[in-house]
Amino acid sequence: MTSHIKLQFAHPPARPGDKPDFSSLEIPQAGTLPVLAHDVAAQDCIDHANSLVRVLNDAGEAVGPWAEYLALEDPDALRSGLRDMMKSRIIDMRMMNAQRQGKMSFYIQGIGEEAVGCGFQRYLRKGDMNFPTYRQQGLLIAAGYPLEKLMGQFYSNSFDPLLGRQLPTLHSAREYGYFTVSGNLGTQYVHAVGWAMANALTGQDTIAIGWIGDGSTAANDFHTALLSASSYWPPVILNVVNNQWAISTYTGVARGHGRTYAARALGYGIPAIRVDGNDYLAVLAASKWATERVRQGHGAVLIEWYTYRVGAHSSSDDPSAYRPKDEAKAWPLGDPIERLKQHLILIDEWSEARHVQAESEILAEVIEVQKRVEAAGTMLDPQPIPGASLFKGVYADTPEHIRRQRQEMGV
Amino acid sequence: MANMTMIEALRDAMDVMLSRDPKVVIFGEDVGYFGGVFRCTAGLQTKFGEERVFDTPINESAIVGLGIGMATQGMKPCVEIQFADYMYPAYDQITQEAARIRHRSNEEFSCPMVIRMPTGGGIFGGQTHSQSPEALFTHVAGLKVVQPATPYDAKGLLIASIEDPDPVIFLEPKRLYNGPFNGDHKAPSQNWKNHPLGQVPEGYYSVPLGKARIHREGEAVTIITYGTMVFVAEAAVEKAGIDAEIIDLRSLLPLDLAAIEESVRKTGRCIVLHEATKTSGLAGEIIACVQEACFYHLEAPIQRVTGWDAPYPHALEWDYFPGQDRVRRALQAVMEV
Repeated sequence: MTSHIKLQFAHPPARPGDKPDFSSLEIPQAGTLPVLAHDVAAQDCIDHANSLVRVLNDAGEAVGPWAEYLALEDPDALRSGLRDMMKSRIIDMRMMNAQRQGKMSFYIQGIGEEAVGCGFQRYLRKGDMNFPTYRQQGLLIAAGYPLEKLMGQFYSNSFDPLLGRQLPTLHSAREYGYFTVSGNLGTQYVHAVGWAMANALTGQDTIAIGWIGDGSTAANDFHTALLSASSYWPPVILNVVNNQWAISTYTGVARGHGRTYAARALGYGIPAIRVDGNDYLAVLAASKWATERVRQGHGAVLIEWYTYRVGAHSSSDDPSAYRPKDEAKAWPLGDPIERLKQHLILIDEWSEARHVQAESEILAEVIEVQKRVEAAGTMLDPQPIPGASLFKGVYADTPEHIRRQRQEMGV
Repeated sequence: MANMTMIEALRDAMDVMLSRDPKVVIFGEDVGYFGGVFRCTAGLQTKFGEERVFDTPINESAIVGLGIGMATQGMKPCVEIQFADYMYPAYDQITQEAARIRHRSNEEFSCPMVIRMPTGGGIFGGQTHSQSPEALFTHVAGLKVVQPATPYDAKGLLIASIEDPDPVIFLEPKRLYNGPFNGDHKAPSQNWKNHPLGQVPEGYYSVPLGKARIHREGEAVTIITYGTMVFVAEAAVEKAGIDAEIIDLRSLLPLDLAAIEESVRKTGRCIVLHEATKTSGLAGEIIACVQEACFYHLEAPIQRVTGWDAPYPHALEWDYFPGQDRVRRALQAVMEV
């Protein structure tokens, strides 16, 4: 007798050689979901956790309650957001090329996901702290982090504020609200909750923001953080960037039979919303709402940002081995830069000519900084940081055994 | 000066630091209302309130991970892992996060937290309530590892650990919580109340990290040990009638290399004694340090007496535990050369 019991294995809708297929995704019309009260409870978020908050419609118009709530009257803010996203993409393209030229060891790009970090940063204040992954450089770029430091960290030369200790894109920038990034996945999600608890215990009104990818929601610490946030209710925003792919592993593997990642939070009693992460205006609206909720003391909230990882996972990855080459073009929520550009042109605040001009200005700025930083050393032209610095900061004070090892190194 | 058990001394240290520094917080499984399964934190929540002393979910990664978040934001968490055996789910947070945050951020962030955990056997706890995992921590750059053997040291070292700017693993030999233990399970239990090392000053004082203590001065051989084994060594030495020097390391990382080297140069003979398993244990590291620095002073091969390379057994505990007999055999071996 044969058993009827069979395991199920998640598969993406298309593999290399297939036609990209996103037909099973449910993409609601923009502007359909209402804005939630800041003190909303988890059980009143079921629609928002399973559907999608969208502001920009297919024509590029800002529509619906979240557009009204955002009430953005200053087109300069949107132009500035557009420039942040363009800068982020230009840096990614230049750095991927530099990696291919052998000038740096490794790079992680965020192409296609620029709206999430660049938009979210707009609602943060000094003293707020992000606990990012390696793909949240948009937060730093929108915060005005000096490009010399950003790039110096990639090249591990004298411009590197971390003295060659960390892989490229594992930044640390305390003054810019950017916690030291770990190469391990998910650990920082718990730190965000602990940091937010410390803010509450010491009477500070700043907030903490955790970031994690869809694949890493499988890590224990995703659940640890949700449980802790649910137990103590601190001022923390827990973000899940759902970009569909964990290196080569399709998002359905981490999601299992769950419907959305946002819905996971509801089981912990934490309100959650799911947002079109390629819609800069939706990102602004959701970020404004979530930061206001948390600052007002209503407790933790989770946001799932629905997006698509256009580039490879990292410079060591080849996505054409596991998904159709043209899949990104078929992603139904489009390109965040193109969508904001279309909107600005529609409302007469931007033009194709201005866009071309902005692109060349940003490119010139990036190239100028890149040349200066590369002059201080690349892997093709090594100008190493003195080896003694690897012993610095292991402890606050240097113990005897490390002093002896430094002596043995001869420094 | 008051006579205290080690548990009382540890509680007193936390009481002193909660009073002195508003940034100190205590949390872990059962430590709040109940005061901990060993009652180490009993009464502290009542005295300081639940914003300072509170219970956590049964999730060690949460206990350490939340502590890291708080410590990097300027607080001083002193957290409890109920048994050292339970720390494995938090091992990633301890070794790859807490230990590294200062270095990887080039000191933009630091992680001044204490992780207390009862360690070792001798209470019939079986394999998941008896482990001595110190070598798993002393292999990790960025951590400090401490283990007291007396109530005086327990209080002073815990205060120093809470004040330390780096993460400290604070291992508490639970066999010594209520009194010394000489390794003879048939002997009547001793109590710290009637012991000179149970005398503990009131209020604030600290014992510096990284400094060993000479438990017994001697000229013939150096026994390097820590925790429960300090008293096993003492009993064995007295029975054997050998003029041994016993060094209680107190800090396992960093080691007090100067104290170790000075004593071995004086005696010319050395035994390293610990309860943890032998292979790749801390004794191997200490012996390597001794031979690097003191080779030409040695009169005999260095001996090590340790737990066996097997999981800690329940009913066979006294077969596992390195007791006085094994120490005496090692003493004979080094003295015969």
